[in-house]
Amino acid sequence: MARYGMVIDTRRCVGCMDCVVACKTENQVPEGFDRDWIATDTTGRFPNLHLEIRSERCNHCDAPPCVDCCPTGASHVEPFGHVVLVTPEQCIGCKACLASCPYDARFVNPDGFADKCTFCIHRVKEGLDPACVSVCPTRCMTFGDLDDPRSEVNRLIESRTHHALIPAAGTSPRIFYLT
Amino acid sequence: MHEYTLARHNDLIDPLVHVWNWQIPSYLFLGGWVAGMMIIVGFFLLRGRHREETSVTGVLPAVSVALLSLGMLALFLDLEHKLYVWRLYTTFQGTSPMSWGAWILLAVYPALLAVFALRPPDVLRDLWPAFDRLSDRLAEPRMVRVIAVTNIFLGVGLGIYTGILLSALGARPLWNSGILGVLFLVSGLSSAAAFTHLVARDRGERELLATSDNVFLLVELGVIALFLIGLLSGSQAHAQAARLVLGGPFTGVFWVIVVGLGIVLPLIVQSLTTAGRLAHTALAPLLVLAGGLALRVVIVNAGQFSHWARF
Ligand code: SF4
Ligand code: SF4
Repeated sequence: MARYGMVIDTRRCVGCMDCVVACKTENQVPEGFDRDWIATDTTGRFPNLHLEIRSERCNHCDAPPCVDCCPTGASHVEPFGHVVLVTPEQCIGCKACLASCPYDARFVNPDGFADKCTFCIHRVKEGLDPACVSVCPTRCMTFGDLDDPRSEVNRLIESRTHHALIPAAGTSPRIFYLT
Repeated sequence: MHEYTLARHNDLIDPLVHVWNWQIPSYLFLGGWVAGMMIIVGFFLLRGRHREETSVTGVLPAVSVALLSLGMLALFLDLEHKLYVWRLYTTFQGTSPMSWGAWILLAVYPALLAVFALRPPDVLRDLWPAFDRLSDRLAEPRMVRVIAVTNIFLGVGLGIYTGILLSALGARPLWNSGILGVLFLVSGLSSAAAFTHLVARDRGERELLATSDNVFLLVELGVIALFLIGLLSGSQAHAQAARLVLGGPFTGVFWVIVVGLGIVLPLIVQSLTTAGRLAHTALAPLLVLAGGLALRVVIVNAGQFSHWARF
C-alpha cells in the first residue's frame, strides 16, 4: 500500500493562495477556517534577506501524536495511503489532537468534531491529485507515493535540497519543501 | 532576523493556541485533589481510623465523589461534540492518556463508594437494611485492607494521570516533562491534606494532616525546581518554555500566586501552627487549595502559549 506525501517547491510558490481557495471549495471547509494556508518566512540580514513562501497543511506525519493521544480512535491512520484522518462520528471534540499537533494543523469544525486536511483522499482514490496540487498555477506541488522509489516525489527529494517543518518535534512529517 | 507570517485565522488556534479554557484546569485540579484524598483515606483505613466516630474517613468518600463528579462535569462541558461522549467507552486506546483516564475514573467511583459503604449514614441503614449487611461484610479486616490499597493505588494513578494528560502532548514544550505527573500528584496530595485538615474534627488527625501538608508543600517546591531545571537543560524550545515563568508573561502570576500565596505563605503559617505558635485556622488550607487551582490554570495556559519554533 502506498504512503502518500507531498513535495513543494518553495522556489516556484508565489503565495497566490489558489491552493487555499481550491481546498475550501473542494472540501466545503466552513467559513472562517482553513485546512491549508500560506506561510512566509523571511530570514537573513538586510539587504541580504531570504524569503520562503510555503503552502502548509497537515503533514500526515509518520509518527502522528494526534493519533496517539486520541481517546476514541477517531483520529487514525487510514490504511489507504497511510493518510491521517478523523472519523467525525467517533470524535468527542476533546481537542487533545489540536493541542498535540506541533503544526497547529487542526481546528474544531463548527459541528463539533476535529477537522483538517485529508490529502483529498476521495479524489486520490479516483486517481486524481488533491485539489490544492491540481490547481497550482506554478505547479509547485507534487503528490505521490513515498514508498515507491521511482515516484516523482522521491525523484525530487533525491535531486534537490529540501527540509521538512519542525523536525525537532519528532513527528516525521511527510511534506517536504524544496529550497 | 527571522520573521514568520501566517495567512490563517482558525478559531481556537490563531494567533495563539487556546483550545482549553477554565474547564480543563478545573478538572485537573479536582482530579488531583480527589487523588490525594484517596491516598489519605487509604492510609487512614490501614490504620483502622474508620472505626473512630470522629474520623474524617466518614466525610472524605462522599466529598470525593461530589468533587470528582464536578470535575467530570467540567470535562464534559469542554467537549465540542458532547453527544458522542459515550465513544470514550466503546474503545480503549493504549497510547492515549485520556483513554486511560476515562477508564481509571470508572474504577475510582466504586473504590470510593466502598469506603463510603464502610460507614454509611444512619438514614441509609434505616432505609435499606441490606446496606447494613454490606457494611459488615466490607468491615472485615481483609476487605478493609483491599479497599485501602485499591484507593491508594488508584489515587496515585489518578494523580499522575492528571499530569501525564498534558505531558504527553509533545507539541507544547512546557508540558513536555514527565515531572508534571509527579508535580500534579504532590500538589493533589497537598490540596487533599489541606482540605482534610480543614474539616477534621479529631485533634490527632488535624495535627497529622497539617504536618504532612507541610511536607507535601516542601516537596512540591522541590519538584517545581526540578521541573524548571529539567526544561532549562532541555532543547531550545523547552528552555524557552521555562522562561515563560522566568521573566516571561506568566512570571508574576506563577511566583506570586502559585508559589508565594499558594505554597510559601501557607507553609509558614502551618509551620507556626504545628509548632503551637498559632491556632489552627482556615487560612492556610484555603490558600493551599487556591494555589492548587492556580497551578493548573498557569500550567495549562502557559503550556498553550509555548511552542516549537517554526523552521
Ligand atoms: S501535521 Fe499535525 S494533524 Fe497532521 S498528522 Fe502531523 S501531528 Fe497530526
Ligand atoms: S478532538 Fe476528536 S479526533 Fe481529536 S483527540 Fe479528541 S476525540 Fe480524537
